Amino acid sequence: MNYIPQSDADRKEMLKAIGISSGDINELFKGIPESLKASSFDLPAGKSEFEVEKYIKQLAKKNASELITFVGGGFYDHYIPAAIDSIVSRSEFYTAYTPYQPEASQGTLQAIYEYQSAICRLTGMEASNASLYDGGTALYEAAMMAIRVTGRNKIIMDGGVNPIYRKMLYSYTTNLSIEFIETPVTHGQSNRGEIEKYLDDKTAAVILQNPNFFGAIDDHTDIVDVCHKFGALVVESVYPISLGVLKSPGEMGIDIATGEGQSLGIPLSFGGPYLGFMAVKKKFVRKMPGRIVGITHDDELRRGFVLTLQTREQHIRREKATSNICSNEALCALRALIYMCLIGKDGLKKVAQLCMDKCEYAKQKLETIKGVEVKRSSPTFNEFIIRLPKNPNEIIGKLIEKKIAAGFPLGRYYKEMDCYMLVAVTEKRTKQEIALFAEALEDALWN
Amino acid sequence: MELIFEKSRPGRIGVVFPEKDVPVTCVLETKYKRNATAELPSVSEPEVVRHFTKLSKMNFGVDSNFYPLGSCTMKYNPKFTEKIAQIEDFTALHPLSPQLVRGSMLTQGALEIISNLEGALCEITGMDAFTTQPMAGAHGELAGVMLIAAYHKQKGNNKKCILIPDSGHGTNPASAAIAGYIVKSIPSDAKGVMDLNKFKHALNDDVAGVMLTCPNTLGIFNPHIKEITDLTHSSGGLMYYDGANLNAILGKVRPGDLGFDVVHINLHKTFATPHGGGGPGAGPVGVKKELIPFLPVPRVIKRNDGTFALDFEEELSIGYISPFYGNFGVMLKAYAYILVLGKQGLIDVSENAVLNANYLKYYLSKYYDVPYGENCLHEFVLSGEKQAKKGVHAIDIAKALIDKGIHPPTVYFPLIVKEAMMIEPTETESKETLDEFISVMAEISRLAEETPEIFKTFPKTTPVGRLDEVKAARDMNISG
Repeated sequence: MNYIPQSDADRKEMLKAIGISSGDINELFKGIPESLKASSFDLPAGKSEFEVEKYIKQLAKKNASELITFVGGGFYDHYIPAAIDSIVSRSEFYTAYTPYQPEASQGTLQAIYEYQSAICRLTGMEASNASLYDGGTALYEAAMMAIRVTGRNKIIMDGGVNPIYRKMLYSYTTNLSIEFIETPVTHGQSNRGEIEKYLDDKTAAVILQNPNFFGAIDDHTDIVDVCHKFGALVVESVYPISLGVLKSPGEMGIDIATGEGQSLGIPLSFGGPYLGFMAVKKKFVRKMPGRIVGITHDDELRRGFVLTLQTREQHIRREKATSNICSNEALCALRALIYMCLIGKDGLKKVAQLCMDKCEYAKQKLETIKGVEVKRSSPTFNEFIIRLPKNPNEIIGKLIEKKIAAGFPLGRYYKEMDCYMLVAVTEKRTKQEIALFAEALEDALWN
Repeated sequence: MELIFEKSRPGRIGVVFPEKDVPVTCVLETKYKRNATAELPSVSEPEVVRHFTKLSKMNFGVDSNFYPLGSCTMKYNPKFTEKIAQIEDFTALHPLSPQLVRGSMLTQGALEIISNLEGALCEITGMDAFTTQPMAGAHGELAGVMLIAAYHKQKGNNKKCILIPDSGHGTNPASAAIAGYIVKSIPSDAKGVMDLNKFKHALNDDVAGVMLTCPNTLGIFNPHIKEITDLTHSSGGLMYYDGANLNAILGKVRPGDLGFDVVHINLHKTFATPHGGGGPGAGPVGVKKELIPFLPVPRVIKRNDGTFALDFEEELSIGYISPFYGNFGVMLKAYAYILVLGKQGLIDVSENAVLNANYLKYYLSKYYDVPYGENCLHEFVLSGEKQAKKGVHAIDIAKALIDKGIHPPTVYFPLIVKEAMMIEPTETESKETLDEFISVMAEISRLAEETPEIFKTFPKTTPVGRLDEVKAARDMNISG
């Protein structure tokens, strides 16, 4: 039997031992009234592993995963060092549970502590949790946390925040009395005037993103200063790889930094599993959702690690907990930690600079094409928007035939941006691939 | 053991980059640049690999240890499904691809798998439709409660509270509360199930829904369950099934047949995907027909020509709860597992899980109190009260087990049992492992009787002894 050690003889012996002399295993289910038994269980018969593998591989071939991709939108095709897969394949990591028993889980616990430390160093913040589901739910949790910290219920959100994340935030809060105001973004930096217009002493938080959905980078220090005068917190969603060069949330005085950790050694995998991270100022730590690992020692003063500040959590506080989260994305957090260790402080700068240089090269190549306008109103990191003289959907379709995923059509989320396309360039794209893209785009537009 | 940061030496690196092949260098204005470098460690690949390999050896896991952690279903995770999840045609797939023009044609394989998995889960649970979006069990609970809220909103109902038995998982009340509901806790009766009279008393027009685990955290199937779902429906409420304990009932009972309207499943429990030291999991949610319009978007649909597409229609939907389609990598493993096991294999899972639990309960009840002993299914709860009188508490028994190479049961939960030890062996443990566990537990009970004082010295075999948790909370050293 699949993955079940017991033989028929074992089962008979065990049933007999516990007083079921008939040897009928169904006797164990006699507490379930007959009228409630399953009315159907119509599933196919089991198959061997190699038959199933063959079938799933056939399905896999129906995906077009071999495209040269310039699609980003918050989820990026970065290089993943092989050592990550090798380490997370150790079953002592992947077959363990949440580390409730610290003496039997020091490996996981120390790794989480190191992850928290690496996230703090990356974001310039003081305290990180052990992970949340993804960048979107992390932003939602940050908004809820700001409401708890300030006791206020108005949120101002920058229109440059990932539109999917904005939709998620509205979904989660639809039954709560929270007032949302969204400030418009043309396609550049955060609109200071609009934010200040709505900012008042009822505002719990202003939510920003850097780089924003259009790839534009910003220095939000001035917004933070104004918000703090009103007692409002500032939440910023960030792209971890960009922090190799960009001003960190900590340096801007941000109160809660969140983000999607996928770019840190986690495969795109059609949307998950990913990694939500959250890092905050230390004074807010008791209002933070999620697990947290802290250092302590045993009787012999040996250093050890435990889950701490658990009185915030659902298994202790039930309906009064800071969040309902239980399982998080521990193994993805481990991947991110290993990535940050392998790449190190020099490597992070290098990969960030490579992204920017290749992005600038792509801009220069694309703007030589007749009718293509590269928006240069704001500096960017590795993603930018271009205006096309023809419908981007049509152009993207044509380029897919040449095995190039050209970018994301912004009209999907921004009605007024029907002619715009979002283009991302990571360190994996070569000069030759970028040239191929430019050629194919020109061809699709004019031939 | 040293932290990885303590091993950092200037100039070392663990990744080789290609030479820059473009003739431009992008220079940013100073105000956009970071001042202080992100102080990540500088270490080589061999050092990183050795560091984490050493850390891994400081963990218990299902592959190396018996792990009877109640309500967590720590079954063996087949190696085959890990292999399936690594197929590059899935791992390299960008989640925005289907939103490009004709993009669903770029991801037909992935969409078909989601659709097939949804179909299998419907049949297993007796529900009419599934969403795979929730990324963990608690996330599924939140999505489920949001569905209940959307249903009532559309009906014009103004119901404010959710009833939950006191033996429920902590995530139940937490999920209901953050979705905006008032939570009312219903006590358990002498048999360990939700007290029917107290439930009837609490049930009124204001009740939007009832959240139940069945079998509950004591491993007991509530014989009044149909009466509870009928009563709730007749007062206009909906029934929520917490599927954390689904491993007990595959092919035996279906939440849909019992009258539940919303169900979440933990793929990382019943369907054998690994727990990863605390995730990633996946918590797909199933609903009955009347709730389908409220499911989150996008929904995977099958076109008349047999191809698959995504439906983004938001009209009545609760909207977006995940950026995309959920933890796809986890779904792949669960789907492969279901295909390999098939109908009989899944029935075998529950029968053997229930047999193993009853076998352990039978022998362990000779040494420990079993406060709610009747008809346990996949798990049961021991009380260490007898041992506590000697000064040996559940936590002490847990630490003694660690020294024997066994991961402890869930302790001090459910809250309704004093000195609770919740034991779930799962179907993947051999009779010999169970027998060994019984003899270890018997030995611990004897030690508790004879030399209770030695328990304070356990565990002795681990890299660290018992840790000072008060100090950790007070010092709050949570990053270095």
